[in-house]
Amino acid sequence: MKKVQFRSWWIPYALLLPQLAIVTIFFLWPAAEAVQSSFYLEDPFGFGSTFVGLDNFTDMLTSTDYGRVARFTGVFTLFVTFLSLGIALLLAVKADKVLRGASTYKTLLMWVYAVAPPVAGLIGVLLFDQHVGPLVDFFALFGWKMQIGVNYFDTSFAMVTTAVWKQIPVNFIFFLSGLQGISKSVQEAASIDCRSGMRRFWTVTFPLLAPTGFFLLIINITYAFFDTFGIVDVIVKNEPGNNPVTLVYKVYLDGFRGNDLGGSSAQSVILMAMVFVLTVIQFRLIERRVHYT
Amino acid sequence: MAYRKTVASLVAAAALVGTSSASYAATDISWWHAMGGRLGEVVVDIANGYNASQDACKITPVFKGTYEETLTAGIAAFRAGEQPNVLQVFDAGAATIIGAKGAVIPAQDILENAGVAFNIEDYIDGVRYFYADSDGKMIGMPFNSSTPILYTNEDALKKAGVEAPKTWEEFQEIAPKLKEAGYVPLAQSHLPWIFTENFKSRHNLQFATNNNGYDGAKDTKLVFGDPIKNHFTAVKGWLDDGLFGYYGTGWGDNQTPFNEGKVAMWLGSSGSFGGISKTVEFPFSATYLPYWDAVDGAGTGTFIGGAALFSMAGKPDEENKCVASFFQYLTSPEVQYMWHKETGYVPITNAAYELAKTDGYYKEAPAAEIGIKQLTLPGGDWTKGYRMGFYVQIRDVMNREYGKIMSGETSVEDAFKTIEADGNKLLERFSKTTGN
Repeated sequence: MKKVQFRSWWIPYALLLPQLAIVTIFFLWPAAEAVQSSFYLEDPFGFGSTFVGLDNFTDMLTSTDYGRVARFTGVFTLFVTFLSLGIALLLAVKADKVLRGASTYKTLLMWVYAVAPPVAGLIGVLLFDQHVGPLVDFFALFGWKMQIGVNYFDTSFAMVTTAVWKQIPVNFIFFLSGLQGISKSVQEAASIDCRSGMRRFWTVTFPLLAPTGFFLLIINITYAFFDTFGIVDVIVKNEPGNNPVTLVYKVYLDGFRGNDLGGSSAQSVILMAMVFVLTVIQFRLIERRVHYT
Repeated sequence: MAYRKTVASLVAAAALVGTSSASYAATDISWWHAMGGRLGEVVVDIANGYNASQDACKITPVFKGTYEETLTAGIAAFRAGEQPNVLQVFDAGAATIIGAKGAVIPAQDILENAGVAFNIEDYIDGVRYFYADSDGKMIGMPFNSSTPILYTNEDALKKAGVEAPKTWEEFQEIAPKLKEAGYVPLAQSHLPWIFTENFKSRHNLQFATNNNGYDGAKDTKLVFGDPIKNHFTAVKGWLDDGLFGYYGTGWGDNQTPFNEGKVAMWLGSSGSFGGISKTVEFPFSATYLPYWDAVDGAGTGTFIGGAALFSMAGKPDEENKCVASFFQYLTSPEVQYMWHKETGYVPITNAAYELAKTDGYYKEAPAAEIGIKQLTLPGGDWTKGYRMGFYVQIRDVMNREYGKIMSGETSVEDAFKTIEADGNKLLERFSKTTGN
């Protein structure tokens, strides 16, 4: 690689400054504030506060509810990531082979991408409404009496379905362009060597898609963890009750709805640590197995 | 901004001195509220009425979302020094704003400082001390006040040949007949408010130590005895026998089946009156919240839910005077009567109640009087309300555990153990936030 030299020493710093300023103002500073207030119990109006050490963390981690929320978040993330990647890959592989009406087909699959998460949640709420939801009527035909907001499993099912539906188009677009980037010569060589399409997919196409897949895996885990906030909020209608909620939603519930700044900050510090660990794992363990061409 | 406002008011004051009374600059005050939809329209009507009634002050109402969102917005604004003059805070948030010493000026002080006569006895029972401190001084001005009552579908009762129940014992007798007639006999919309807080008040039972929490946050603990546990055991039994419908934590999810005529009786807010009378197609009526005759001393009045208006601290005297004059306007019998009629919330003063009576309003709509009559039933030691911090989360814990009872995930006994453990933990944490 050719080394580029700037004429003045300060130019690179000046060019970096906007980015650094954004990171400092919108990430480092709030993060530091969160870490600080996680050690205090504070009156929301700011008149008094008590230093409580690690109490906020121990209170949180020992409460039965936090464990339940964490477990749900794990299961939710797993299902949303796996299902939205799997279904999108299947659709992309099929779409790649379509010759006639390909663009119509692709557009139909992609438009959902433009739907904002709260709107997606709202559509989910309408479809799954316990009094008028068409999907509830549909499942009732098979003897499944769904009750969103009453039954924990049913509500989880509605959340996962809505979140997956919302995420498929993003994955689809990336998988499709990844597939189209695989050179024809490789595919032709493969079809001479092996007749089984399934086998060809797993031994040739799938490894070549790995960089895209790895990127999407990270994007999807982040999505399930953080971006599904709007969907969860709309489905539980701002009343957690006995409904499943994610860790991020609980940070909001305790901090903004309940005005427990210390407890909420402690939770966000825990989340920060989790994301950090997740990132290390992803890049240390998984990325080594991915081949970039 | 605060500085700029001061400058603006100085300029306004200078203009006032410099010019004749013909060009008169009104003092602007702001009012953040959580009243959406039809209620929001009535709030705007009240503000317009006040602005038209005098020309020294001009109030601007601003809708800030749900109760929780409004309180959070008010807190954030207070910390930035840009708080509104008047902030609407709901029942469960009362401990947060009253506990923050210095965030608000007590309603009683703001009125008396402005030279307005104030007598807490002018306010009806059940409203009077809910937003007061332990000495009985009114901190928040009660605004939209409602209480849980039982709405009945008259067609359903007639079809089953039964009368609306006064007690839960009576309910148990008539419920199977309603079921036979093809109805879900009963539903309710807010388990913590109706079957916990007001259950305690209706049976004159202690809800928390420290005088239901009014005497201070330190060492306040929840109190749950046998009556409430027996009640939930009974409710779960009704649910299993098809005598009770549970549609989750959401208010509307539980009211909808009543509006659609599937549920025969529904426990909701007296403030739901306006909405129901516009929605339902069957004749409906209302009666008192039932109680268990078997509980000693039961049958006492309930207290209010809803929200109060708080006058935020850190504002110039001139604006505080306007807040006082607005409170005076708001509590006048005519405005209260209008609010009562338009929304179904109870009138908060005795004078307004008298006005509604003499005007003959309850002759045309007897059900509209149930809420206020229930609030003025004889009280007891435990019927004036409660004051607990982090109460939004405590209600969330109740809703979670009650949901588990209904779905059969836990027993009544275990659910109340969890509510006590988690609730007391939250109360302990709250008492530390004030720095004591």
